Amino acid sequence: MFMKSRFRCSGSFLKTPIIACLVLFLAASLSARAELLIRITEGAGSAIPIAVVPFAESGSMPAGDKVGSIVQADLTMSGEFRPLEPSKMLSLPSERSEVYFRDWRMLGQRYVLVGQLTRNGDRIQARYELFDVNQEKRILGETAAVPASNLRSLGHHISDRVYEAITGAPGVFSTKLAYITVSGEGEQTRYRLQVSDVDGKRSKVRLESREPILSPAWSPDGKKLAYVSFETGKPVIFVHELATGERQKVADFPGLNSAPAWSADGRSLLMTLSRDGNAEIYQMDLASRNLTRLTDHWAIDTEAAWDHADRGIYFTSDRSGGPQIYHMERPGAEPRRITFGSRYNARPRPSPTGDYVYYVHQRDSAFHIARTNLETGEETVITRTGSDESPSVAPNGRLLIYATRQNGEGVLTVVSADGGAAYSLPASGGEVREPAWGPVTR
Amino acid sequence: MKMSFSTKAFAMLLSAGLVAGCSSTGENMEEGTYGSDVAAIDQDGGSTVYGGADGSSVSASELTDDERRAAQEQAEQEALRDITTFYFDFDTSEIKPDARDVLVAHARYLADNPRQQVRLEGHADERGTKEYNLALGERRANAVQRFLIVNGASRGQIETVSYGEEKPAVRGSTESAWAQNRRVELVFQ
Repeated sequence: MFMKSRFRCSGSFLKTPIIACLVLFLAASLSARAELLIRITEGAGSAIPIAVVPFAESGSMPAGDKVGSIVQADLTMSGEFRPLEPSKMLSLPSERSEVYFRDWRMLGQRYVLVGQLTRNGDRIQARYELFDVNQEKRILGETAAVPASNLRSLGHHISDRVYEAITGAPGVFSTKLAYITVSGEGEQTRYRLQVSDVDGKRSKVRLESREPILSPAWSPDGKKLAYVSFETGKPVIFVHELATGERQKVADFPGLNSAPAWSADGRSLLMTLSRDGNAEIYQMDLASRNLTRLTDHWAIDTEAAWDHADRGIYFTSDRSGGPQIYHMERPGAEPRRITFGSRYNARPRPSPTGDYVYYVHQRDSAFHIARTNLETGEETVITRTGSDESPSVAPNGRLLIYATRQNGEGVLTVVSADGGAAYSLPASGGEVREPAWGPVTR
Repeated sequence: MKMSFSTKAFAMLLSAGLVAGCSSTGENMEEGTYGSDVAAIDQDGGSTVYGGADGSSVSASELTDDERRAAQEQAEQEALRDITTFYFDFDTSEIKPDARDVLVAHARYLADNPRQQVRLEGHADERGTKEYNLALGERRANAVQRFLIVNGASRGQIETVSYGEEKPAVRGSTESAWAQNRRVELVFQ
């Protein structure tokens, strides 16, 4: 979508002929193919109309997406906004004196964001203002500065500020995603653990392996990833420090070492081990490597996650015959079953806002993402795709990313927490799976 | 060599039949098999009589039956042990009835060959969640391991690992692909 706003082959923006425009468009597509592409699959009906006016520029700007395009794409992905196409704008103000509210009201916009970027040595300074169109009032006015090489971060920062000013909820546009890609076949198969911006851009490979990598999990401070690697021929849990690339093997017991999940203080990991004979949930203190066993049942107990209060644990167990979601109020307490609506419910991920738990849910022969309202017990299916896995909730509880299949390929999809809007990140040149939404770090 | 069980059963019966066939036509056994001074002497209702090394003729119809039976059994067992992949229904780790004879053959072989090591690799189809499937693959491998031990193998000979849904035998999202991926594979070391 922001491809379109960047290359406007009609109008006065580009005086080059149409063929040159197409070449530019294709060239942009080819370079973008190295990273995840973004495509909207559905829009939300109640999205807020907002005009993100392309920022005025003073001095030389780096090549790449414009700040306005990044903000536009971020707000669209949230499912809560419907940014106006710049080609429909009647004017391009960059400060209050140039804003004619009547024009924006005529275009049906509720908010308008304007700004200026100024090159200053190797830094870029931004000044931006957000206006409520109906009240004709400024609700946000700030400056910010970044190194010129970091313009994308500036765009995401502005998106966060706009989102917070209007919705009151924290923005998640400066967060990171971790995920696994798979390419090649047979001997040429390669698994890669990658970290990218929330829009899939600036992705970096953190680990490459000939053997599967699973279950990436972010530490609460966003500095480490725990994951399961088969590089030694069996599942082993590693903790990987992103800044240095240093890895530590933290669990390599006989049998399974799997499903790592961090505590809120970053000092311990929940994990699934079968060292005592079958899959059970343990808590490991990372400093001492001491283990505490939390479940004790002949059934499979796995996929543990701390609840919103950080006191209890959700997990998957098939103790009632098939996998279901259970909650343990505190470690060692008697587990209480949460899901009843189908014969397969697994991989619970509680919302950080404490109101829902999300999980994989089988209905008829399809596997969807569903959520249960923790107060009422009501269950709702929130995805329309049918081979869904690995839900991960955004830190503000308003968005969810999950893995699904599209045309036989593994892709990631972001959906609003109630299922209202969906935004697909297809992989090019391989499969993408196991997304983990990183924390807000500010 | 992977063959479906029914094909193997047919091959097994055929080879058993061939062995029986050899005896009943009274063909000379190959020289050297039973000693150069031994020859098939007579045919009597399916049994073949052999002379002993000291020249005395020994009436040995039971011996022949035993030998025949032993050879037949060995061929059967070898044919059974050609099967090294076992399949499971969705979300279960129950060993299917037609797998039991095959697993017993493997268990006996392991019991007879105490230095033989085997790795059991457990798998699941792609549906559902990866971590649960990792545990399910392990439970399937453990079920096969228990069966082998009960039938004579020793624990030290067996290693188990689960790959969950990560290493499918057949790619695809069809019932057929899924059925072929819910499996435990025996890999002799």
